[in-house]
Amino acid sequence: MKKILSVLLTAVLVLSLAACGGSPAPAPAPAPTPSSDAGSSTPAPAPAPAGNELITVGVINNDPNESGYRTANDAAMRATFTEANGYKATFYNNNDAAQQIATAQQMVQDEVDFLLLSPASTTGWDTVLKDAQAAGTQVILFDRMLEADESMYVAAVVSDMPAEGKTAVDWLAAQGLSEYNIIHIQGHMGSDAQLGRTGALDEKVAAEDNWNYVIQQTADWDEATAKTIVESVIDKKFNVIYAENNGMARGAVAALDAKGIKHGKGQDVIVMGFDSDKWAFEEVLAGRWNYMGLCNPLQADTVDQIIKDLVAGKAPAQKIIYTPEQGFDCDTLTQADVDKYGT
Amino acid sequence: MTTPVNKPKRPEESLFKRLTRQQLFIPFAALALLVLFNLIADPSFFAVSIRENSLGNPVLSGHIISVLDNASELVLLAIGMTLVTASSGGQDISVGATMAIAGSVILRMVCGGQASADTMQMPLVLAVLIGIGVTMCFGAFNGALVAYLNIQPMVATLIMFTAGRSIAAWINNNQLPIINDLAFKYAGTFLPGIPVPTPIFITAFMIALFWLILKFTNLGLYTQSVGINPHSSRLNGIDPQKVKLLTYVILGVCVAVAGFMRVSRSGSINYSRIAENIEMDAILAVALGGNALSGGRFNIYGSILGAYIIQFLTTTLYKYEVPSTALPAYKAVVVILLVVFSSPVVREKLVSLKKAPAKAAKEAT
Repeated sequence: MKKILSVLLTAVLVLSLAACGGSPAPAPAPAPTPSSDAGSSTPAPAPAPAGNELITVGVINNDPNESGYRTANDAAMRATFTEANGYKATFYNNNDAAQQIATAQQMVQDEVDFLLLSPASTTGWDTVLKDAQAAGTQVILFDRMLEADESMYVAAVVSDMPAEGKTAVDWLAAQGLSEYNIIHIQGHMGSDAQLGRTGALDEKVAAEDNWNYVIQQTADWDEATAKTIVESVIDKKFNVIYAENNGMARGAVAALDAKGIKHGKGQDVIVMGFDSDKWAFEEVLAGRWNYMGLCNPLQADTVDQIIKDLVAGKAPAQKIIYTPEQGFDCDTLTQADVDKYGT
Repeated sequence: MTTPVNKPKRPEESLFKRLTRQQLFIPFAALALLVLFNLIADPSFFAVSIRENSLGNPVLSGHIISVLDNASELVLLAIGMTLVTASSGGQDISVGATMAIAGSVILRMVCGGQASADTMQMPLVLAVLIGIGVTMCFGAFNGALVAYLNIQPMVATLIMFTAGRSIAAWINNNQLPIINDLAFKYAGTFLPGIPVPTPIFITAFMIALFWLILKFTNLGLYTQSVGINPHSSRLNGIDPQKVKLLTYVILGVCVAVAGFMRVSRSGSINYSRIAENIEMDAILAVALGGNALSGGRFNIYGSILGAYIIQFLTTTLYKYEVPSTALPAYKAVVVILLVVFSSPVVREKLVSLKKAPAKAAKEAT
């Protein structure tokens, strides 16, 4: 019986590996770069592929099912890094930083030209980054930052989360309410997005006398939990819902709807969400929500351009590139914006 | 609600002893504690009011309604989990992941494969039936591994626990489908003109259904006998493998209905977050109901009560603004108390403690 079990489990493991690997074909070894640049602080010159040889990239991303934002982000990466576009790409998705690090290590050993990284945690990447530098693999961060010296990566294309939070809080302040009683639903604690979006609001609430939290609770990006949190304080006095992503804002609104509490444009409760989901844009457009902070998930094109420039021998103008982002409210949002930014 | 009555009734037995012998003693005691706490701390917990919702329907509102409403999925899972536990002496840890599959299938059907739809592309009943069919297949897969290959249930269901959410995402091509048809949300919110949340009705219906099944079929008896001793069951003409398989398929039905309720609350799905960690709550509900997790005798109503207690606890903690990251720690405290108080050693101690003063009092007179 044990034998059958172990055979079965092995089969499952192998299958899951094959499923996760996507295109598990080993990357063709590029001409090894001279070791002279190992350890130097300037980025290694790109191992320029001769003629029409494909550029090999390893893409490490989070789980695309995590949120609508991540689904769009992952889809854009996969659509950009294709053979038709001159790339031979290997994709790996996991929300577990340890798994990400192990796979990144493997990709570096496979001598990919570029390692594109959206780290699940901001720490623990030192060894991988050093190995990559030694192997001549260039690292480009997208979407999320990690804690490392700037010399360890050639570029970072990321969202400016603190700026997103500040834009949203400034917008809220401009509404000129006499009193702000806020239900604050936070994302996964410690994530880049949560820290940035919470930070700005925390500061404002601490600074202003008429800004108060009715409750500040994490729903861990989960809609059902957000609904439960709002239900638990539904009888208290509040006029703002500040949810750190759209899914949680929807959960909160479901709780309001069930009690007949009016929300949206010119109503009793202001509803605020974040990210880029099309349906959420439509909620704002219809005036059921008041504000959505756009967090642009489409970094793929920018990353693509950076790689093409690097291969052509042109270093990126700046190391950290923030994706263009802005806040939209129900008074100014247009259908054109929805079509342009909605994912 | 029935209670097991197969205990010797000797006249000298104290009321306390008889009470603690009851299987439902622990869940009722836990519930009483929670009710008492809320009554003392803030009786408004039990206030129920009628308010008009955003569609202009009068609906019931209050914490206690929240408890009944939000516990629905867990109650269904607890019912199925009790049967699986009783027959196979182990638990299915893939229920959360298969709920995601059921939700994904149903959404794909009603959206007709599009990313979003304003009207349902398929009759809802048909979509739900397909969802039930799919999870029954996954249940049969789990059940076959357990019954015919004799794999430990937790190990066997680990496969779907790992793969289920990816399968759910794959069913919808990694999209997050959205259905905007109000009729789709009736099952998760309110039927027009009816003030009680629909999940409460669905749950009541399912409880009644299982009451009937257990009353008028041999399912309960067969499940128990297989769980207690599969060999002697076989000698008595019961096929233990078929019974085990059947319980997993039944759990599949419960999972599908729970998954349907969950997606119809919002009209959308988030594969990695939907019903996350619900399997642990479902197992806890079974344990809270006084059922042995090693299988055999079971009381399905204990598990149902257990599920409501867990939701009662969750809602209470939210009401007192306990950080949601700390909730698992509170549940852990409950588990510890539960395990300690339901262990035979402690129970015997408790009974003898109670006996000693009574004896002393008798001798004194």
